[in-house]
Amino acid sequence: MTPSTTAAAGASVAGDAFAQDALPAPPGASRALLASLLRPHRRRLTATCLVLTLQRALSQVGPLLVAYTIDRAVPALRDGDHGPLLGVCLVYALVVAGSAASQYGYVRLSARAGQDVLLDLLTRVFRHSQALGLDFHERYGSGRLTARATGDIGALRGLLAKGLEDIVGAALTTVCITGLLLHLDRQLGLAAVTVGAPLYLTVRSFRRRATRVHRDRSSAAAAVTGALAETLHHIRVVQAFRLEAAGDASFREIDRRHARLSGDATLEMGRYVTSSRLVANTGIAVLALWGAHRVASGSLELGAFTAAVLYLRRLYDDPLKLGGVLDAYQSAVASLEKIAALLAQRPSVSEPAAPARLPANSPAGRGRRAVLDGVTFAYGTGGEVLPRLDLSLAAGETVAVVGATGAGKSTLAGLLARFHDPTHGRVLLDGVDLRHLATAELRRAVVMVTQDAFVFSGTVAENIAVGRPGADRADIERVARAVGAHAFVSALPEEYDTDVRARGTRISAGQRQLLALARALLADPDVVILDEATSSLDIPGERLVQRAMRTVLEGRTALVVAHRLSTLRIADRVVVMDGGRVVEDGTPAELIERRGRFADLHTAWRNSLT
Amino acid sequence: MRDPATPLPPSPADERSTVRSLLRLRPYVRPVRLRLLLATLLATAASCLGLVMPLVLKWMADGPLTGGDPSGVWWGGLALLLLGAAEAAVFGLRRRLVARPLAEVEATMREALHHHVQRLPLAFHDRWPSGQLLSRATSDVGLIHVFLALPLTFLVVNTVTLLVGCVVLLSQQWTLGLLTLAPAVPLLVVGSRFEARYALASRRAQDRGGDLTTVVEESVLGIRVLKGLGRHEARERVVLEAARRVRAAELGKARLLAGASALFVALPESAVGLTLVAGAYQVADGSLSPGTLLAFLATALVLRPVVESMGSSLALSHEAATAVDRYLDVMALPVPQDRAPVPAPTRRAASEAGPVELAFENVEFQYPDAPPDAPAVLRGVTLCLAPGETLALVGATGSGKTTLTALVPRLYEPTAGRLTMDGRDIAAMTRADLRGRVAVAFEDPALFSATVTENVAMGARNATDADIARALRVARADEFVRHLPDGTATTLGERGLTLSGGQRQRLALARAVVGRPRLLVLDDPLSALDLHTEAAVEAALREVLGTTTALLVAHRPSTVLLADRVALLSQGRIAAVGTHRELLRTNAEYARLMSAPAPLTVPTGERADGGRTS
Repeated sequence: MTPSTTAAAGASVAGDAFAQDALPAPPGASRALLASLLRPHRRRLTATCLVLTLQRALSQVGPLLVAYTIDRAVPALRDGDHGPLLGVCLVYALVVAGSAASQYGYVRLSARAGQDVLLDLLTRVFRHSQALGLDFHERYGSGRLTARATGDIGALRGLLAKGLEDIVGAALTTVCITGLLLHLDRQLGLAAVTVGAPLYLTVRSFRRRATRVHRDRSSAAAAVTGALAETLHHIRVVQAFRLEAAGDASFREIDRRHARLSGDATLEMGRYVTSSRLVANTGIAVLALWGAHRVASGSLELGAFTAAVLYLRRLYDDPLKLGGVLDAYQSAVASLEKIAALLAQRPSVSEPAAPARLPANSPAGRGRRAVLDGVTFAYGTGGEVLPRLDLSLAAGETVAVVGATGAGKSTLAGLLARFHDPTHGRVLLDGVDLRHLATAELRRAVVMVTQDAFVFSGTVAENIAVGRPGADRADIERVARAVGAHAFVSALPEEYDTDVRARGTRISAGQRQLLALARALLADPDVVILDEATSSLDIPGERLVQRAMRTVLEGRTALVVAHRLSTLRIADRVVVMDGGRVVEDGTPAELIERRGRFADLHTAWRNSLT
Repeated sequence: MRDPATPLPPSPADERSTVRSLLRLRPYVRPVRLRLLLATLLATAASCLGLVMPLVLKWMADGPLTGGDPSGVWWGGLALLLLGAAEAAVFGLRRRLVARPLAEVEATMREALHHHVQRLPLAFHDRWPSGQLLSRATSDVGLIHVFLALPLTFLVVNTVTLLVGCVVLLSQQWTLGLLTLAPAVPLLVVGSRFEARYALASRRAQDRGGDLTTVVEESVLGIRVLKGLGRHEARERVVLEAARRVRAAELGKARLLAGASALFVALPESAVGLTLVAGAYQVADGSLSPGTLLAFLATALVLRPVVESMGSSLALSHEAATAVDRYLDVMALPVPQDRAPVPAPTRRAASEAGPVELAFENVEFQYPDAPPDAPAVLRGVTLCLAPGETLALVGATGSGKTTLTALVPRLYEPTAGRLTMDGRDIAAMTRADLRGRVAVAFEDPALFSATVTENVAMGARNATDADIARALRVARADEFVRHLPDGTATTLGERGLTLSGGQRQRLALARAVVGRPRLLVLDDPLSALDLHTEAAVEAALREVLGTTTALLVAHRPSTVLLADRVALLSQGRIAAVGTHRELLRTNAEYARLMSAPAPLTVPTGERADGGRTS
């Protein structure tokens, strides 16, 4: 029974939601998220709207000035009075300056507000995803998460860039023209307003359908990113096994699904444009006909009729443009929905409401006493991995854990590092339950190095400094020397300043593990957990690390999971696990004498070395 | 810190032109060009229909209404209705025409990129962070789609409208027309200067967007490291720094755009103002009729929003042009071509099946992107694996073992010397042919989001269920796979469930042996296995190794014992070749690499002196 098999049993229940990218989000979560994003920036957004309104209003002044010039300034000019025309010049100059300035202000203000909102959202998504447990990451997938933090946030950008301008424009036009129409002729004005009802229905039906299409499209887009990311990460296998053609075919399938849905979204928009335009144009025709009859019967003046009908078209034009905004909005909402669902995922380990503090280190040494007290653990809803475990690590003790694959070694390590919380029981550090410690406090005390020694883009020094951001060069070199990484680093073209992706640099798997150990050492924790952290080292490398570890672990508490029994040279105590239980526990020498499983393993290991 | 993968933005001196960049899209647009043309014509037609409607109203007002002809009113209403319906239909048709084809252009471009990067040499992938490629394949290609769907059409429609407007203005009265059009001159001058600067700014923003994708993706990929060390805050600073750089670039763009769009607003407005004032004088002295002035101004006012919208269309075009450049930057990188196939020597016909002979002849290798003065990674490597032989490759961490194995399937090409397979230079074979004979188990076992069966079957063409079952048995993966929720049909990889390192390694091994390759390359294939599993896998592997030629990178004596001979790789050279026992005796470095660590019976007393509470 491996951690993964039981995780899978749990996954098959909730797994569908993960596989189909349909994690539940509370109803209205996307709108609530949007509101909470905009709220902190409401002052800037209000200012942006005001500047935009000013710009729009100024752009309506032109026709008035034309009318004034024809009616007043030209006759005055004929009378030799240049005053009115000078006034027109002056006002026009002011309008030009004012509308240019407000346009400039609007573009800058809206960009600023939009970028701030996006930055907030990215921060939230990033922070939350980092807080979520490994179980979440394993099921969600890095490609999809990357898509959420980039593409889906980009969808909101589209809305912010276009939305405000069109919404404010449409609102202004609607208010002004409706007012004008009502002023021209009350009946015609009211009739024009009623055409708004069928228009509203068109908009509503479009919204409902577009929501669905955009939701699927967002999932499809994330799937495309995921598939491409997978190809890129596994490129060696792709090339060595000639999987290029098969990869093209399966990528095409995923990509065409996205293309189909993206086409659907455009067509949905097209359908909306057609139907809403049809409704509006029919409305105009009917109103024109009605108005014309009233003119013919003498109840409406011709001038009022002409003006009203010309304004009618503009009345519907700008709100029709809102379709584009609505499309951007639906696209953003679909993306926000996915993001809201992501943000609604609760971390498998949560921050304590009232964090406790660890007692000060004892003068005797850095180590802390770690206790697993009646711990059981199961992944998801699957069978238990750890039926019941009681284990105590004395302060300063180095304990090695051995056992077959799936015996529960990594689960034990993960519990001690609080990668996950036990189902029952407690994990205590100097008597404090890990669940009561804030992450920062916990990680000052407990650090875990896994088999997966990821190297980030950047220099070697920056990669080691991940262990303690802000560490100086001397410290970085010291820890690199301590774990035996200094030799290979010095051989790199720019030593510690070599970019890991720089020209001609290749870091081998063993070297990556050395960097990971150096990071852990730089973090300088009280408790170190090494989970298969030296599996790719060669024997001299391992020997070097073992020797280093003896000094490095001096005084610290350590839990070392390893297949290679050479690790045991630094262990005070060995715990043998099988099926999630501790089956043997003692010093290496004791266990060898006991002639149990460990003695068998040890013999096998000795034989493997000859 | 500049990312080496990000090409520097072209300097203004490069005479980078938006139009030239956009024209490079032609091959991708060709299949839809007729539809695109038709859609543009329809858009023009739709805006013309919009212009006809006021004419109908004018006719109604001047004719039937003033003339008191009630039946004429009905005709007018009918005409309006038909025109309105036609306009709506044309709008709909335009979108319907291009919706799917343009989505397909986007998909085709993305698939072409996928196709291309899959075939680019590993040296490329070593240097390009996947985030940069992801952002090109998603946001840049998406931007191109948006450009083709809207700004392209509207640029054409607006340009036509503007030209028609100019003709109308000039034909009415050319002096006043020239005055109205005068602001176009500064607009063009400023516009072209804006173009160059905006192109740079948008390139910067898009490149930084790619950098942001990279750091975000790495933060997700390196989550175990970050969790283990609790370094989320520091990482968050890195990500937010990248995000702030994007923000700064976007704000820079907005600054440029704000200036340009202010101009795009101000100049047409001044044109109307100038015309008004000058026209007023002409009307006053009687050289111009008030009606002509009104018509003039009406036309100028119609053109104003057209000019204004040109600003944003042009900005989008620049961004699309940048996207095209970024996309084609990748597409332009050459894919290594197979040399013209050399006819195989006839004697090889007999040996089409069965283990091959592999020889390294004086092979030298340096990564193609390394600085010229860097010492070669492999130097003068000469080695021969007889058909059926298993050769272990032993060397210190970083001695070049993995690099050497990567030369066999030609993931990299030697810089000097050659590799031969059955006496034939592998450089003369097609890659497909070569890779069909070789199977590799990489040190880092890569599993795809696919079922167990599919993952293993990747190792062979047409693997049967029996083949897969056998491969799983050899890798001792059958047992744990049976316990997976859906057995061999369980989905693995990122989206599926995650296996332990040892389990992944065994599946990668199964993939390598499933096709009964004629040459097997195993890069430290058992490093993550526990002792018992390792012993079991070794026993099963021994049978497979009996039927094929194998190159085996080994760190442990137990793995070395699978091999007939051992080659010691030391600082890029083959330092010694022999059996394990021979080398243990005769070679000090080998002995150091392979000698057992001190026996385990560590006197606990030594520890007790350390004052530990045990």
